Amino acid sequence: MAQRIDVKDLNIYYGDFKAVADVGMAIEPRSVTAFIGPSGCGKSTFLRTLNRMHEVIPGAHVEGTVAVDGVDLYGADVDPVAVRRQVGMVFQRPNPFPTMSIEENVLAGVRLNNKRISKSDAADLVEVSLRSANLWTEVKDRLNRPGSGLSGGQQQRLCIARAIAVKPQVLLMDEPCSALDPISTLAIEDLISELKSAYTIVIVTHNMQQAARVSDRTAFFNLAGVGQPGRLVEIDDTGTIFSSPREQATEDYISGRFG
Amino acid sequence: MTSTQSPPDAAPVGPPPLAPPARRRGRPGRVRVRDRGMSRAFRWLATGAGALILVVLAAVAVFLVVKAWPAITEPTDQLVAEVPWLHGASSLLSFVGPLIFGTVLAAALALLIATPIALGIALFISHYAPRRLAAGLGYVVDLLAAIPSVVYGLWGGLVLAPFVQPVWSWLGETLGWIPFFSGDVSPTARVLLTVGLVLAVMILPIITAVSREVFLQTPRLHEEAALALGATRWEMIRTAVLPFARSGIISAAMLGLGRALGETMAVLMILSPGFLYSFKLLVAGQQQTIAANIAAQFAEASPMSVSALIATGLALFVITLFVNMTARWIVSRRKDFSGAN
Repeated sequence: MAQRIDVKDLNIYYGDFKAVADVGMAIEPRSVTAFIGPSGCGKSTFLRTLNRMHEVIPGAHVEGTVAVDGVDLYGADVDPVAVRRQVGMVFQRPNPFPTMSIEENVLAGVRLNNKRISKSDAADLVEVSLRSANLWTEVKDRLNRPGSGLSGGQQQRLCIARAIAVKPQVLLMDEPCSALDPISTLAIEDLISELKSAYTIVIVTHNMQQAARVSDRTAFFNLAGVGQPGRLVEIDDTGTIFSSPREQATEDYISGRFG
Repeated sequence: MTSTQSPPDAAPVGPPPLAPPARRRGRPGRVRVRDRGMSRAFRWLATGAGALILVVLAAVAVFLVVKAWPAITEPTDQLVAEVPWLHGASSLLSFVGPLIFGTVLAAALALLIATPIALGIALFISHYAPRRLAAGLGYVVDLLAAIPSVVYGLWGGLVLAPFVQPVWSWLGETLGWIPFFSGDVSPTARVLLTVGLVLAVMILPIITAVSREVFLQTPRLHEEAALALGATRWEMIRTAVLPFARSGIISAAMLGLGRALGETMAVLMILSPGFLYSFKLLVAGQQQTIAANIAAQFAEASPMSVSALIATGLALFVITLFVNMTARWIVSRRKDFSGAN
């Protein structure tokens, strides 16, 4: 299921403003890749180009190629809706649909993709998805209750269950733990480690310990100044980035000298 | 919100960040007392405004009951003798009945026509139109609300009625087997369906404006959640926007219904009235609404006639109250899922 992503010469714009310049990287399948860097350096913006969510904002557009398994996501005949069905996303703040029950939330994506699903298949899928998100035992007795009644950490795991219920190739996570307490954060991090055996995972994080804990490879983004586009400084194995990075800027950032 | 809290930034503007605590320590009571005075005043102001609504509502209800009482308690035969426009009805109730029926039917028609169109316009403005067009269109829709109902009445009677008459004839010929369209189609089209159409235009702006605001309130987060799952724009609207806006849509429709129930001039100027329990929408002289009837009869009414008219007004008041309470109940039924928690 997991697939490789190749990014080449990617420039990302908000209207006329160039937000991220000249990104090129390869993201390996069945691994966790973390993006770190100071606020405003474009790591979230870049993440959102990997499932074409960037262009949802009026005026936003990109140049360059993002190829998932060799197919350019920005090709002329590629439907962004189809892309998003292959590349799932988990957001910074938990966002289960408040008008839906826990069960309906898990099935929301499936109902969009394939409206005919038998009752028993649906029940199985709900259980499998919630189990893979480590949430099943906590919610199995209240699947019909609203998803918004759960705690923040549970809501975020519900969002992960919702994202993996459609069986995407890639899972993008935009600071998934920044709104959560340490215990919920740990639960999500354990979950990420489990999920990487099946998915290609890309995670944006402000927490460098988290990047060090969960990721196999780490990419460091930086920007020269306000109004300048963000750039990819380097990407390497996480161990290398945190022990002996090639660039001085990376070392400064990691050792807390700026950012 | 309680009066015991005194937010630190309520201290006078100007002193550097460290100054307020020092100052408060120096003169303990002062800042808090002044704060409490202001928040107490505000609390009374807010409570008073809230109570005023209840007082006005109660005053209207009392007025209606007191003024309608003579007609309600008057023996039927005397009432019929004194009030010429009862058309030989056997009691006040049997006279009010068809009026209530006509009022509700006209308003329901208007709501049925206006709601889907209004929701369509609101969705177009909030989620489909380019930003500049959306602003202009919203303004135009609001402008519709500013047109006086007399003008709508004139337009409905002089322009719309002749214009839709052929359509109504066609409806009567081809769909005459449906009870709503049966009977002899009026050659002037001064019938309830025309009224419903005009009322629909009149309540369109309020439903559109309210639901547009509600659609715009949909959290970006939920819209993106739907899009990221691979929803098309319509699917995003169906999964994130419409369920979120549900209670707002119902409120909007109820506001529109309220206006349609009470609308007077437009109905008076268009409809050829009748006092029957009739579902025939294309036949003249079948129905009448309460408000239009009051306006039509009020000018030359004797005291007992006025009392009878006010009794019909009381009926309208009760209907409106009932409609609003039903709407509240519908909204509250799925409160847990409203997203407000």
